[in-house]
Formats: sequence, structure tokens, C-alpha cells
Amino acid sequence: MSEFEPTIVAFFCNWCTYTAADLAGTSRLSYPPNIKIIRVMCSGMIDPKYVIKAMLEGADGVLVSGCNPGDCHYINGNYKARRRIKLLKEILPQFGFEPERLRLTWIAASDGLLFAEVMRDMTEQLKTLGPCEAKLKMVI
Amino acid sequence: MSKTAVIDVKNQDLIETLRDFFKTVLEQDEISAIQVPWRLPMKNMVMPTLITDPERLSGADPLSPAFPMNSAKIVSRLTRKEAGGIVAAVMRPCEIRAFIELVKLKQGRIENLVIIGIDCLGAFQNRDYFNWIENDGEESSKKFYTSVLNGKGAAADGIDLSPACQVCESPIPMGADIAIGLYGMDTSNQILIQAETDKGENLMTKFQLTDEEEPPSRKKAVEKLVEERTAARDNMFTETHDATDNLEKLTMYLANCVNCYNCRVACPVCYCRECVFVTDVFDHEPSQYLRWADRKGAVKMPTDTVFYHITRLAHMSTACVGCGQCSNACPNDISVMELFRSISQNTQNAFDYTPGQSIEDKPPLSVFKEEEFEEVVGID
Repeated sequence: MSEFEPTIVAFFCNWCTYTAADLAGTSRLSYPPNIKIIRVMCSGMIDPKYVIKAMLEGADGVLVSGCNPGDCHYINGNYKARRRIKLLKEILPQFGFEPERLRLTWIAASDGLLFAEVMRDMTEQLKTLGPCEAKLKMVI
Repeated sequence: MSKTAVIDVKNQDLIETLRDFFKTVLEQDEISAIQVPWRLPMKNMVMPTLITDPERLSGADPLSPAFPMNSAKIVSRLTRKEAGGIVAAVMRPCEIRAFIELVKLKQGRIENLVIIGIDCLGAFQNRDYFNWIENDGEESSKKFYTSVLNGKGAAADGIDLSPACQVCESPIPMGADIAIGLYGMDTSNQILIQAETDKGENLMTKFQLTDEEEPPSRKKAVEKLVEERTAARDNMFTETHDATDNLEKLTMYLANCVNCYNCRVACPVCYCRECVFVTDVFDHEPSQYLRWADRKGAVKMPTDTVFYHITRLAHMSTACVGCGQCSNACPNDISVMELFRSISQNTQNAFDYTPGQSIEDKPPLSVFKEEEFEEVVGID
């Protein structure tokens, strides 16, 4: 049987993490292809329901990533994102979603190396964790 | 900012005494109208009713176990703009808490409102109330409050308080301008009246009541009640958690849901003017359903049931006041209140937030601090 390959749905802010992903690419850094990137203008625009929908549709992990604190292109969107992730981390694990499946990171535009490292680490962690229950079972 | 007095109960008739008090309030020059739970003349149902004629207060029934809706939404309608007069509203504690949440969301205003809170004796679920109520509605109410206030419990003719009321640890009004105390009082003789704001105090001064101390028996009675309710609540949390702690169990818990969204219509703190779940966002292309069905070979219709409930939790759980109207509104007897209160306990604790406690506390998702919740950042 082939090894379990997790699906990671990633919401990246246009200004920092998405640019870092671009930089990792142009720098020819290699990282696992498990990630499906959705570019958003700011981590602060990620409605909790985007994360919930991704999880229920069978994503093995969801990664939200934005600018470092103080660096937000829209001044404070990333602080708002952090509160929403905190909120989701109080709700989703109550229904059996392991906390490791939802991650928030700050990756600066210049940090292609960190980007590749985060992708490797998260993919590894999810491989160890195995597939998400929503992928295997019927969700109404 | 606190003034305490007692009112004598005439002929041991609590309802009549409260009606007289409401009359006194309405007769003040500055009060244009009073909203009270009122027994409809055409049927034994008690509804929030706006009254301007003091004579009409003879139908007020503030201690009935009927709780057809959370009146916070009604008071929000009455106050969202200038009404051209001051309105007094008689509300249950959970209605006041919900209203305060709506005020924070700019969906109601306290400026031209006097909130009168009463110790809550609890309520039945709608269906239980309909089955229980006899021809003489007022007699039934009397039977109910006499039993509760004499410590004999609410269970009457095999009907107990609604599940939400059984686990309600906040039966004493907070945030009211004037609070009426019943627990721990000798209610065949006296009830307690307390002004809790400057507004309430100004109004109360006009009633010419003699100041009195709160009897020590009250504090004790309230503490005992809160302790019992808190214990019941914690048991409910444990049971609900055990019934929903993985996705399969949660799916089973919600399996009777037909996406009617009554729970969010009934919810006083579901504040969106238009819920996303009834917008075009969820008008999926027919071909989309086929693709969804194809993925696992079957898709339950209507879709997005669990998604709806978890999203609603994310939207309003920090503001949940535990009134239980969601369960009351469910046509298929899903224990919505239990699920929402259990999760709300977590989310409210996480942000150290008590909904309805103070108009000054900002809703948690409307504010942030630069240094907080570092533990949710990173992938270690």
C-alpha cells in the first residue's frame, strides 16, 4: 500500500506567506506537494467557516499563514486572524479534530527557507497523525 | 448606585402585586409604555406585549412558565432608533443578557429604555407548556410559582423546567435598571425591589418606597440555587461532550436536523441581519450535488448540516446566554442548547468573556491585543 499523503488546504496572505511561497519556488527549494494554496489578500479575511468547510470536506490539515505581528499590510489583520484561530481551536478539537490539523504561522515574504521547512514539518506531522475522520466517514 | 426597598404583597397575591408595581412604573410621566409578558385574551399563551393603558396590565403574567421567545430581539426592535418616548421592559435574566449583547452590536440601545428584571423561576419548553396549561391560565401560573417559591420545585403534573432552565446558573437578573427579588424572600408578605443603575434609582425615588436591607435569607437561597444549577450544568457538559467528542458522534447527534434553521431564527444573539446559509453562497449548482455524491457514493440532502452548526458555533458561541430557545424551536427534538452551551463554555472561557455581564466588555472577536494567544501560532 502506498504511503498516506495528507491534503493540506492553505490560506496564505498575499503580502507575506504567498510571496514566501513564490520565493521558495524561484529559489528552487523543494517541499512536499501536499499543499493546496488559496491566496487571500490578508489572513484577517479568513472567515472561520472557510476552515470549517475545508476540514469537513476532508482536508487532513488546514494552514493559515500571514505576516509577522506588526508587519500586516492592513495594519492588524493578522491579530484578528489569531483570535479566530484561537476560537476555532476551542471548537474543533471538541469534535475530535486533533489540534495539529489546524495551524497558524507567520512567514515573512523574504523567508522562503522557513516556508519550505513549515511545509515539510506539517506534512510529516499529518502523515504521522493519519487521515482526518471527515475524509473516511460520512458527514451530513 | 444601589437602592434597596421592599414592597408588601397584598392579599398574598404575588401576580397582583407585580401588576400594581408595573402600573406605578407606567404611570410615571417619563414612561411612555411598558413591555410585559401578557396573557393573550384569545388564548392561554403569554407573549411579550407593549402596553400604554395601565388598565391593560391586568393581563400581565410575569411569573408564568411560558417562554415562547427570547424578548431581547423584540426590545432590540423597540430601541434600535429613537421611539419618541421611554419604554420600560420586563425581562427574564437571559433576555437581559442577550439584549446587552445586541446593544454591543449596535442592534439596540439602552438610552430610552428601563429594564426591569425579575428573579427567574424558569420556564417550560413550549410543547410542555401547551400540554400543561389549563383553562384558567392565571391559576396555572399561581400553581407554578407557589410550588417553585416554596422550594417544592417546578415539576408540576410530571412536567419539569426546560432543559436550559434546569442548568441555568444565572437566574438572578444582572444588568437590569430595577431588579425584583423573589428567591429567599417571604413572598407571601414581601418582595425585594433593587435599583441597580442611576437610571433605576432615579425612577425608584419616585415610588416613595422605604429603604430596607436585603434579608440575609436571600443571599443564602440564591447561593444554594446557583450551586445546584452549576452542578447540574457541569453534569450536562460532561454528558454532551461524551455524546459529541468525535465527528461520527456529532453527526449522529445532529442526524435529525433538516436544515430548517429555526434555531438561528430563535437565537437572540444570532446577530447577522442576513444569515450566510440562506444566501446565494449556498445556492449550489445542481451539478455540484452530483459531484459531492460521487465522492463518497452518497451525500445527505440537504447538505452542509454539520457545517451549519459548527459555523453558527463559531459565530455566536461567545455570546450564547443559554436561554435554550434553540432547542425550543427545533422541530425534531435535537438537544441544540446542550451542544451550544457546552462549546460556549470553552469559547467564553478562552476569551475570559461573560456575555451580558457588562455593556463595557467588547465582543471577543471585535478586539485584539498585540500580545496574546502566542500558543496558537507555530507548528510545534
